Amino acid sequence: MSASRMEERVSQRTISFTLNGQPMRLEINPHETLLHVLRERAAAAEVKSGCERGDCGACAVLVDGRGVNSCLTLAVQVDGKAVTTVRGLGTPDAPHPLQAAFLEQGAAQCGFCIPGMLVTLQAFLSERPAPTRAEIREAIAGNLCRCTGYHKILDAAETAARQMRAVQA
Amino acid sequence: MKDLTASEFAMVGTRAPRRDARDKIHGITRYADDFSLGGMLYAKVVRSTRASARLVRVDTSKAAALPGVRCIMTAADVPHNVLFTDVPGQTTVVGALRARTQVLAADRVRYFGEPIALIAADTEEIAEQARGLVEIEYEDLPGVFDPVEAMHPEAPQLEETGNVISRWRVRQGDVDAGFAAADVIVEHTYQTPFIDHAFIEPEIGVGWLDEDGVITIRVATQVIEHFRDVANVLGLPHSKVRLIAPFIGGGFGGKEDVTVEVYIGLLVWKTGRPVRLLYTREESIITPTKRHPFRMRYKHGVRKDGTITAIEAEFISDAGAYAYLSPLVLLYAMVHSSGPYRCANVKVDGTAVLTNNTPTSAFRGFGSAQPAFGYESQMDACARAISMDPLAFRERNYVCKGESLPCGQPVDHAVLLTETARRAWEALGPSCAAPPGKRLGRGIASTLTSFGRIVWLHDWSAAWVELQMDGTIMVRIGVPDLGGGQASSLVQITAEIFRIPMSSITIHIGDSSLTPLAGTTTATRQLYMSGSAVHKAGMELRAGLLEQASSVLGVPAAALTMDGGAVVQVDGAKRISFQELAASCSRSGRERYRHSVFHAPAGKVMDFETGQGRVFPDLTFGSQAVEVEVDEATGAVRVTKLATCYDVGRVINRNSVEGQMEGGAAMGLGYALTEEDILEQGVPRTPNLMTYLIPTALDVPDITTIVLESGEGSGPWGARGIGEPAMVPTAPAIANAVYDAVGVRLTQLPLTPERVWRAMRDAAP
Repeated sequence: MSASRMEERVSQRTISFTLNGQPMRLEINPHETLLHVLRERAAAAEVKSGCERGDCGACAVLVDGRGVNSCLTLAVQVDGKAVTTVRGLGTPDAPHPLQAAFLEQGAAQCGFCIPGMLVTLQAFLSERPAPTRAEIREAIAGNLCRCTGYHKILDAAETAARQMRAVQA
Repeated sequence: MKDLTASEFAMVGTRAPRRDARDKIHGITRYADDFSLGGMLYAKVVRSTRASARLVRVDTSKAAALPGVRCIMTAADVPHNVLFTDVPGQTTVVGALRARTQVLAADRVRYFGEPIALIAADTEEIAEQARGLVEIEYEDLPGVFDPVEAMHPEAPQLEETGNVISRWRVRQGDVDAGFAAADVIVEHTYQTPFIDHAFIEPEIGVGWLDEDGVITIRVATQVIEHFRDVANVLGLPHSKVRLIAPFIGGGFGGKEDVTVEVYIGLLVWKTGRPVRLLYTREESIITPTKRHPFRMRYKHGVRKDGTITAIEAEFISDAGAYAYLSPLVLLYAMVHSSGPYRCANVKVDGTAVLTNNTPTSAFRGFGSAQPAFGYESQMDACARAISMDPLAFRERNYVCKGESLPCGQPVDHAVLLTETARRAWEALGPSCAAPPGKRLGRGIASTLTSFGRIVWLHDWSAAWVELQMDGTIMVRIGVPDLGGGQASSLVQITAEIFRIPMSSITIHIGDSSLTPLAGTTTATRQLYMSGSAVHKAGMELRAGLLEQASSVLGVPAAALTMDGGAVVQVDGAKRISFQELAASCSRSGRERYRHSVFHAPAGKVMDFETGQGRVFPDLTFGSQAVEVEVDEATGAVRVTKLATCYDVGRVINRNSVEGQMEGGAAMGLGYALTEEDILEQGVPRTPNLMTYLIPTALDVPDITTIVLESGEGSGPWGARGIGEPAMVPTAPAIANAVYDAVGVRLTQLPLTPERVWRAMRDAAP
């Protein structure tokens, strides 16, 4: 066995986490990013790769309910934690209020930023259920969108926040 | 055949959720990178680290020896190492140009990042490691990085035929007489930067060798017709290459020229294995193509009564190291050079020049955005020079329906510019007092942008519309959907024609072998061209189905209509469901489908000596108004209000139209304030989204979007294109607002804090 192969074997780590509620157990290399593991090994193609350096937010996911850029997170860091992607928010038959509002209000165009945008908003609204529009802008400032000008995204986020508050009230 | 009229519309003009939106919002859509195949290889491109050099030696032996490397290709391995862009109608000065690019650099590199070799390996990491093992020995050659310097005869030459690759001109009337008749002459030189499309999805494709030796590539492209380019490079029959465009994560012109598809085709052809090539964000930014920087000298003569007596302009465009579509972008700039204004005396000269910078080509607004910064800044300056209100000055000079632009381009349809300008301006509302240390200002710009391809290119689009046996409808059309809702709008048109819900229609798009070719998703042409093709095929099929129903029901076709998935008798009880109708068609041998081709009206080639003639089928007009806040201490500009108003002819999907207008304004805001690909001696210095700054949600204000419908336009039911026009007025409107705020005219984009601060300091008494 060559030195590099031995090194690879020694350094492999097994991690366990849940992905949208499903238990996952994967052998990974410690240097692998969460983005890479989710896309290449966990079939989570809904997590998008836009820059791989934390500038665009397309790869955002929730780790224990907190939004992170998965390109800047090592997969070993989610050992024992819950990872949520946009597919964990809702389904076409039972959409999350954010998803319903994005659909109705035409907030998605090319859609490439949307998975990251939606989980970021979900994390934000769960902490701040009655935000101002300016606070929503701040919350998604790390999620770049090149198509929409953000206007309909902000409209949809406000609509969803209202609906979520109404459900809770 | 009687067309449907606007008063009957049930679907057209609504905010029906887009057909593609649900999957995108639920993370179901499979973009080009969300697709893999067993045994797939990972590709990387080895690129030049010099902007101008001779290749002395390219040694791939160490890289090839790395375990896991399956294939390395250099120029010598490429069957036909050249990509052509046919650029029709070159001026007599330059002669017919066949813009050519080498697929892989053979013995010379002309820009930083030019591809030299391709690597395919078992994993991305191995491919990346191998890239570092390719040894390249360069002999530096003198480079030229400024288009004006490149025009000097002694400048380093990029091609044997010289650095000037294109010259166009417009001549009308007598500008000397026009300037002599003017009370005031306003002259400025404007500069615009290289900018990046910065779609969030980088260039990406996956290719494989399919049955019968067909190289199939699923790629993020605006142009599936590039299957011919891949085949030509490989020396294969065109039928042996198939391109599939899935839903695309943004294009904006940056996925119009060939990107990854030729490299993938080469590696699939060489290895016989599936190959994936994804550009990093850095590669996406440093590789072709970018928007052309323009240097524009504008001179306007005006009389005190507000008449424009003469316009003289001179454009110099930096084409970068290869021509790509530069001659065409410059031609578009010529047609748009005077703006939406009439003027009897016009003289415009344009030159596109090769340099050792990153090649430039298509970008949303294709040659109409750069001149707009010039002519709309000029209109503001002229109005102020004669102490006239900028709106009133524009209104006096707007071109009208039935007239022609100074280059002879006819204006066939309604021009609602006065209304667009007034509505946008009024939408800003009452002024407030500026906060301490800030100055507020307002500005406006009115622009025009063509839609549809050049009339002598004989553009067409084909569509297939079919009634299925279960009564649903299928549409097949080779449209790439960039995210603008191109496919969904076609579904909405179909839903209107057959009066069925959009959910009863399935559309197949973007396959160069299996869907009828519909042309490129460029030139704001898909709603116009493919909307018209679907409209044509749909209405023809509708007429045939009504005839069939007529014979079955014994009711004249004229007394029948469609409703709820059936043909029904108007004011009567008889009906036949689409399902029964399909069965009836099959029994009687009547076709349940139509394949129809829509041809755009063709025209003669323009006069190259005078630039006179019709170049485009149609034009879209609109205005934007903005309010800005300028920080006196730092020069930072913040847009506080933005209103956009266009006549789109006819709305197909209201959310999609507004989405284009809002997204376009945001992109224009970036062009105005932050976006610039900085190159130093040809070396890109802004190769990521931390240094190349596109607007965030904090930078774009709430946008007031006002949509007008004149009902006049060349598209289906009078629709006009809006995709590209939407970004054009923003930058000059912002520059005019900055002038209004601080009394200084900024002539170079972007309006960075440093530039604004310096201009304020230099102007201070």
